[in-house]
Amino acid sequence: MLKLDGVSKVYRVGAFGGRALTAVSGVGFEVGEGEVVSLIGESGSGKSTIGRMVLRLTQVSGGTITLDGRDISSIRDRKEYYRQVQGVFQDPFSCFNPIFRADRVFALIKEQYFPGVGAREWRGRVEDALESVRLDPGNVLGKYPHQLSGGQLQRMLIARAVLLDIRLLVADEIISMLDASTRIDVLNLLADLRARGLGILFVTHDLSLGNYVSDRTVVLRDGRIAEMGPTPLVFGDPRHPYTRSLLAAVPRLHTKWTDAPVDGTADGTAEERAEDLPCAYHEAAQGSRTRPGLAEVADGHFVACSGCAGAAPEEKKMKERA
Amino acid sequence: MRNEALHFALRNRKLVVGTVVVAVFLVAGVVGPMTIDHKPADYVGPAMAPPSGEFWFGTTTFGQDVFAQFLYGLRSTFLVGVLGGVLASVVGMVVGFVAGYRGGWVDELLTMVTNIVLVLPALVVLLIVNAYLGVRSVGVQALFIGLTSWPWAARAIRAQTFSLRSRDFVDLARLSGVRTPKIILREIAPNMSSYLFLTFILLFGSAILIAASLDFIGLGPTDSVSLGLMLNNAARWSALQLGMWWWFVPPGAGITAIVGALYVMNVGLDEVFNPKLREM
Repeated sequence: MLKLDGVSKVYRVGAFGGRALTAVSGVGFEVGEGEVVSLIGESGSGKSTIGRMVLRLTQVSGGTITLDGRDISSIRDRKEYYRQVQGVFQDPFSCFNPIFRADRVFALIKEQYFPGVGAREWRGRVEDALESVRLDPGNVLGKYPHQLSGGQLQRMLIARAVLLDIRLLVADEIISMLDASTRIDVLNLLADLRARGLGILFVTHDLSLGNYVSDRTVVLRDGRIAEMGPTPLVFGDPRHPYTRSLLAAVPRLHTKWTDAPVDGTADGTAEERAEDLPCAYHEAAQGSRTRPGLAEVADGHFVACSGCAGAAPEEKKMKERA
Repeated sequence: MRNEALHFALRNRKLVVGTVVVAVFLVAGVVGPMTIDHKPADYVGPAMAPPSGEFWFGTTTFGQDVFAQFLYGLRSTFLVGVLGGVLASVVGMVVGFVAGYRGGWVDELLTMVTNIVLVLPALVVLLIVNAYLGVRSVGVQALFIGLTSWPWAARAIRAQTFSLRSRDFVDLARLSGVRTPKIILREIAPNMSSYLFLTFILLFGSAILIAASLDFIGLGPTDSVSLGLMLNNAARWSALQLGMWWWFVPPGAGITAIVGALYVMNVGLDEVFNPKLREM
């Protein structure tokens, strides 16, 4: 359904835009119907930028994003696109205009997309949508954002997307501002939506969340894909040293930090150790490099070069060719 | 939403008091002159008479009716303040909103223009333009004041817009398919409505003061009277030294009351627009 192909984003920074900052470079993956793809990476890895590009809030510098084979930047009518693709952002408090009642987000949808629907029928639809995200309409309608909790606001935003009957939801860190008890509610809600055939691009920095919800996982590092594939493969058999160090850095529920082994959890040591391991990309057979910069080490499981010594001569060759 | 704002507006004492004061002066300026059958500059009474039943605010050194001058002065003061203030606010808001929301080269261009107008010695330019054109009407005076006093408003609005446009609710409005002008008008501007109103009040006040300065050096409208012109006449004919308080107190108090009431209105409006500041 949604396909990213060699997508990159370059920002002009400095006085008169003299320098270029590459936030995302050559990223390609797909999100199918009823599929949850999680985009995992640390702060500044470009994951939110990808989400924003899919939502057309940021322009793509290179490559293409297509929806059902149509380049999304060629869809002139933004409304037509937003009827199919919607987003929910990280900070629910900032998503509501503080001076208006919270249900104004629904009113905007009605005004822009369903001007012909009668007030009573619309009210019914809103209530249904709120109930589908397990909110009590009487409790949240007519309130101001500061009178509602983060979890309630976040679920209202999901209800807003539900009202539009979308096909793809970009969920940008939607769980990170919620406390543990509302977290699981929202996650289960996503599972319900997915069962209805909704594709979800789940942007997160939380590996355990990614593991919990997603069918496929894309690990980003410095704007590039480090590793991607079916979630069980990526988490069960990580091939890229960065993925391994990320997995090693997750705190365990039953281990206190004082008991944890010192090596392997600290970032630096893990990466140093990783340098000794063979690079999965260069170890892989030549024929397996089916995507630019990625080698297919198992069925659907792609991994990039770990930045090993083997990369240097190749880069030289590329430059010579250029 | 509108009814709700009205609901809180009518219950906000500051807003009501401020509005009443401004409205009283406005009505006095609009209707008052019609009730007086002589011109403000006519010599109708005894010279230097203190306030009395016949001449409520007394008379000037030359026997002109201060009350009549005050009413006519209110009218031209409101006129210059409103025209100059509205023009400066409109230019400032358009430039500020567009520069802040669009960013990029549009922003750089508009900021450059803003800075150029900002560093122009506005009063000197006004002097030259006024003297060169020989213009003597309130409207043209307001036009020049409006076109030179908008830059700081544009800069402040641009900065506010910058910080507001990166908020998620703006992105959410874009995801709802709302167009840019509507986003500026309905999402960004309401968040700074009290600030916009304050901007208008300050521009209104400064337009009045600039007009008074121009009047003082003989470049104001000569065919009518303004509160600033009254003050300056009073100063020129030593009203203070001669103890003729009735000549300079009404225009001074009038300007202070109008601008002060607008300020109190602004505080009240802030509470009406921002639910967090409501006391109920």
